[in-house]
Amino acid sequence: MNETPNTPPHDGAVDPLLRGERLDLESIRARLEGERGDGFWRSLDEIAETTEFVEFMRKEFPRQAAPLESALDRRAFLKLLGASMALAGLSACARPPAPRETIVPYVRQPEDVVPGRALYFATAISEGGYAEGVLAESHQGRPTRVEGNPDHPASLGAAAPTVSATVLSLYDPDRSQGVSQGGNARSWTQYVAALRDALEASGDGAGVRILTENVTSPTVADAMHRLLEAYPSAHWHQWDALRPDAPLAGARLAFGEDVAPVFEFANADVVVSFDADFTNRGPGRLRYARDLARRRRVRSADDDMNRLWLVESHPTPTGSIADHRLPLAPADIAALAAWVAAELGVTGAPTAALPNRVPRPWADALVDDLRSSAGRSLVLAGPEQAPVVHALAHAINELLGNVGSTVRFIASPEARPELHGASLRALTDAMHAGEVDVLVVVGANPAYTAPAALRFAEAMGRVATSFHLGQSFDETAALATWHAPHAHVLETWGDVRAFDGSVTITQPLFSPFYGGRNELELLAGALGDETVSAFDIVRSAWRDRVEGDFDTFWQRSLYRGVVDDSASPERSVAVRVFEAELPTPSDLVLHVTPDPSLGDGRHANNGWLQELPQPFTKLTWDNVAVLAPATAEALGVTKEDLLAITTAAGEVTLPVWVQPGQAPGVITTTTGYGRRAAGRVGNGVGVDLAPVRSLTGAVTRVTGATRVRGRHRLATTQPHHNLDGTGERRHIVRAGTLEQLRAEPDYPKFVHPVAHHESDIFPDWEYNSYQWGMVIDMTVCTGCNACVTACQSENNIPIVGKDQVLVGREMHWIRVDAYHRGGIDDPDFFHMPMACQHCEKAPCEPVCPVAATVHDSEGLNVMVYNRCVGTRYCSNNCPYKVRRFNYLQYAELSTDATELSLANNPDVTVRSRGVMEKCTYCTQRISSARIQAGNEGRRIRDGEVVTACQSACPTEAIVFGDLADETSRVSEAKRSVLDYALLEELNTVPRTTYLARVSNPHPALAENGSA
Amino acid sequence: MAVTTGTQLVKETTRVLAPGQTAGGIDDSVNTPVLSGKTPMWWWIGFGISAALLGLYLVSVVNLVTTGTGIFGNNMPVAWAMPIINFVWWIGIGHAGTLISAALLLFRQPWRTSINRFAEAMTIFAVVCAGLYPILHLGRPWVFYWLLPYPNTFGMFPQFRSPLAWDLFAISAYATVSLVFWYVGLIPDLATLRDSARSRFQKLLYGALSLGWTGSARAWGRYMRAYLLLAALSFPLVLSVHSTIAMDFAVSQLPGWNNTIMPPYFVAGAVFAGFAMVLILAIPLRRAFHLRSVITMRHLDNAAKLLLGTGMIVVYGYGIELFMAWYSGVEFEVFMAYNRVFGADHGWAFWLLIMCNLVAIQPLWFRSVRQNPIALFVISIIVSIGMWLERYVIIVVSLTKDFLLSSWFNYVPTFWDWALFAGSFGLFGTLFFLFIRLLPSVATSEMKEMVHHDAHHGSDYYETIRGSYHGEGGRA
Repeated sequence: MNETPNTPPHDGAVDPLLRGERLDLESIRARLEGERGDGFWRSLDEIAETTEFVEFMRKEFPRQAAPLESALDRRAFLKLLGASMALAGLSACARPPAPRETIVPYVRQPEDVVPGRALYFATAISEGGYAEGVLAESHQGRPTRVEGNPDHPASLGAAAPTVSATVLSLYDPDRSQGVSQGGNARSWTQYVAALRDALEASGDGAGVRILTENVTSPTVADAMHRLLEAYPSAHWHQWDALRPDAPLAGARLAFGEDVAPVFEFANADVVVSFDADFTNRGPGRLRYARDLARRRRVRSADDDMNRLWLVESHPTPTGSIADHRLPLAPADIAALAAWVAAELGVTGAPTAALPNRVPRPWADALVDDLRSSAGRSLVLAGPEQAPVVHALAHAINELLGNVGSTVRFIASPEARPELHGASLRALTDAMHAGEVDVLVVVGANPAYTAPAALRFAEAMGRVATSFHLGQSFDETAALATWHAPHAHVLETWGDVRAFDGSVTITQPLFSPFYGGRNELELLAGALGDETVSAFDIVRSAWRDRVEGDFDTFWQRSLYRGVVDDSASPERSVAVRVFEAELPTPSDLVLHVTPDPSLGDGRHANNGWLQELPQPFTKLTWDNVAVLAPATAEALGVTKEDLLAITTAAGEVTLPVWVQPGQAPGVITTTTGYGRRAAGRVGNGVGVDLAPVRSLTGAVTRVTGATRVRGRHRLATTQPHHNLDGTGERRHIVRAGTLEQLRAEPDYPKFVHPVAHHESDIFPDWEYNSYQWGMVIDMTVCTGCNACVTACQSENNIPIVGKDQVLVGREMHWIRVDAYHRGGIDDPDFFHMPMACQHCEKAPCEPVCPVAATVHDSEGLNVMVYNRCVGTRYCSNNCPYKVRRFNYLQYAELSTDATELSLANNPDVTVRSRGVMEKCTYCTQRISSARIQAGNEGRRIRDGEVVTACQSACPTEAIVFGDLADETSRVSEAKRSVLDYALLEELNTVPRTTYLARVSNPHPALAENGSA
Repeated sequence: MAVTTGTQLVKETTRVLAPGQTAGGIDDSVNTPVLSGKTPMWWWIGFGISAALLGLYLVSVVNLVTTGTGIFGNNMPVAWAMPIINFVWWIGIGHAGTLISAALLLFRQPWRTSINRFAEAMTIFAVVCAGLYPILHLGRPWVFYWLLPYPNTFGMFPQFRSPLAWDLFAISAYATVSLVFWYVGLIPDLATLRDSARSRFQKLLYGALSLGWTGSARAWGRYMRAYLLLAALSFPLVLSVHSTIAMDFAVSQLPGWNNTIMPPYFVAGAVFAGFAMVLILAIPLRRAFHLRSVITMRHLDNAAKLLLGTGMIVVYGYGIELFMAWYSGVEFEVFMAYNRVFGADHGWAFWLLIMCNLVAIQPLWFRSVRQNPIALFVISIIVSIGMWLERYVIIVVSLTKDFLLSSWFNYVPTFWDWALFAGSFGLFGTLFFLFIRLLPSVATSEMKEMVHHDAHHGSDYYETIRGSYHGEGGRA
């Protein structure tokens, strides 16, 4: 590693600009160097707010000053980068990796680096400490995209939205770019020396506390242990807001051991989830989504499917595809779990009456289903349910003989399993008590994520010396004595475990873009070895662990993205008799949960995730208080009203969102908003929930909820639509039960409710090559948004900002249409991913006066950006309304590369204002496969072209391929009796078709439809 | 106003031409204000307001080109909105002029004579206002010429299946023929002005523009033939241009747009809107320029009848649209009709439209209303608003809620939508005020022909029967 990242960039870059001006340069210089001289990027927005700076900018750089003078709206943010760039004078070029730290490309390895050809590297991205394997795409040393690694057990090729969006965070110019001490630029050497001095001054580590996020990395764990050996009185605390305590507490309660369950959905005929959104949250989510979906995939009446029962307090992606879903308050869910356990005969289960809101026949059918499929059933508890519910789920699984079949237990993959809430409380108590002299915060941001009741900021004030290592100069960095930038996972070496214990050795794609070190280097430095690089630490750690040919091991592990046979062995455990109280129900509770996009706020500065329409609400750029219609009515509030919510901990005021399917008496809201030091995108977006956060659980009793004056406009990309009335008569969503399908196996009525006749005055197209097509399976689509962000990253889709979303101009090429059917209290949910349908008789084509949208020889409806003059007639005539128009210059068009433009896919045009755009079926991927196949003198193989949305989809709901090839998977899917074309009566003959939604309700409840 | 006219009649008349007119009198009443060195205060006020609005137009256009189409309220389902409404509205107004001049000339309706000139001018200016909209509305207006068929290195031609390509030809042909027709009609009058021009500027201007007109019998013979041919050429264009614009909508498959009735109903709507605008302009003009003797009650009465007739055709169109939507049994159409009439967001627009275009014109069944300039002026303004609302209902309301419920989204115009619209009035007004100041707003040569005819041959047969209807006992 070279030392350049640690050199403050402003010394050489800013001074020339300041020189020779008669302005009050001293004050600007003082501001630049004094206040926060550690790097220019972070301080820009703060400095820019001052009048002197604006004045200086106007005189020195009139053109660049303009965006500064206007309010920094988020869309202007991208443009601002041009100005910031010129000021800082940073090199946009990525430094090539040091040659000796060889990283190993993945399967599609060219003979050498071929310009224009991407390399793929296997690594892993973790959230809450658990790894999901990824393949990072690199163009000449520049990472542009992250996809799932098909070889990794936690990914199998899928990628969650936060994973796809990583590449934007990587280049985020608001990331920390230099070491600092109290606002003054320092070097890494000084940082490490200060840390070492502080540790040595403590003697045996008394008064030293180290706070990390959840650690699963074996090498980090080793380093921590070495440090704790050297300083035995030091304490290690863990706090990870994305790692809930309940599963661990539940395992301890049930087994008395720190074990973690691993589920085998492939073996489960009946799945009962007590508030677990297991396809979307928690370790193993992507894997579980895929396994679950494979058991739910129906193509014909001969196929079988599992049955999913799910009770939850707010609509979640997993709940939305359940055969039986019931909205229940969290305490009622616990009571139901206890009741079910008692009915099944779990000994020692706490007694509970069946909650009023659960219909008796429903509960009976559930118990019957579990009992009749004993050994082939699976019960799960949600991460925010009380530990007792987890223990009950374990007990039920054991009783039914599911252990070993649908669930197995492994030793917790965490380096030191502990209850993070208690750990953080112990830390802050010690800090308040003045017992902490040295605090080292690695990665975590407790100043934002800790409950306000802990008064973390105040506690920080009582710590003599604190060291922070973080990717941005966040809320905690601002309180710390020392701060150093933390390298991004794509910039450094490390290792990390997945849900099943499998280890991935993470490898960098380039050296740290903004400087930055990782935690291994920090810990090594603390022990006196500051020259060793992360690469050496990781490699030598693994050299010690591996017997045999190490180089082969190293190559293979990096190449595959997972260490062979590293999954944890099964642990045999037995449920003890446990005693625990069920949570007490209350009329109104507040349920605080991590945001599906922003998590605990760590992704708040990522525009793709801020603008990602949330599942169900389709909200962007805000967090809200989600209320059931009945609750909203009772409280006398409606959408966009402001609601002041008081709990024992404190009060927050949130805008109201009324959500059908939300459990009455539950206010759900998401964390990650109201950041104060996230960066220019994330600062001040939404409301910080710290005042009402609790360490004891996600659910707290609400003591008061009153409407306050004012309203808050919410930017939602779709209005809410009930599939009754005209919605039903349009036959947009077609859904039926497995039973209905079996009754009419050849031509199910629910798939073809209307007859239609084909007619057209234009002749059919003739093809003699490929014919691309897509099928989307509505049965397994959970609406998780993985496809949306994957598409955004692949296709250089700009964000537009809240003001533009408010006027209906979001640019996503693929959207997930949300529909619900049935009453507003407990509707059925449907998700319909909607992108350009590539109609065979595309209505957009004949109306374009300049032939900018045309049919190509392989059946694609292609958009010629260069030719488009922007009449927008094509969009008017598109019945699917999938076209997106650049009403303003949303994308950065500057020919000078800015940081964020480095995240662009070089194979996809960046669009200018005034042109129409839309889904291309990832035509660049088709071209690349065509070239490859052409070179090899063969046809493109089935599965060789994978669209971005398809690759990211955890449930394999999207199938793409060549329709001309009758054996292709897409052709096979199209032959399904469930296949239908949306709006087929318009004779648009879309190439994207849908498989009707099939559910498998319990026969005893089938009368009522799927609940 | 300080203009004196020799033959001004205070009394209103229902004849095509007030009695007692002389050729010199016509020249005096029409040409004196044009040639007068003094410009009346009302002209300066009107021109000033128009020029200010034109300034707003230019500011809007600059902002539009530099910032992007996003300054308007358009969004993704509503990709066409106010600019297209305004385009259709202006082009509709641009119909009456050519219809009056050409169709009525061909049908030998002598009452057209006194109003055709400014109606034609109105047409051309309205087409200018209208024609700029589709260009400004483009995402990249600077490449509008790609819609034209011209040889280029791209090897690209327009895509002729698109109604927008047809549009371009329809509008440009209409604008060209209208301009030529208007100019040819102006030549003898320009020669008259040249002959009585007082200042050097006037001599140069009218001298150049009159193309050396001598007034010889041969010239007149050629002129009359050319004028008739141009009229024959223009008349089909009146029908074709708005039919083509109607096809922008009818060819699409959007519910609320794809109706086969669109072309005839748009033409009727255009005549309706055009005559409303003729009245809005004629009523103040005849007062300001003391032209009551040449633009008589007869003209207003006839225009009002056309207003009523075409208005009822338009209302029939609304009815048929709704009926066919219901009769089709297609859910999208049925819902569109329901949403148009009862929709929570835009139902008001439909009912306001019905008030404007159906209810407000009913008083025109009564002669007393038709011959009341103030009542006609007010009704015409209501009709103009109604015709704007009609395009709003067709274009915006249909787009907000189409096939998939998930893509429904509302539309709210922005300041710049209104600024460009207000500015287009400035463009129209500026041109119109320059026209009435610099050119004869009544076709004097044709008027003099009528005076001559009346004086030497008596009033024609047509006038006789009309006279008995109007209770003036034929000739006065």
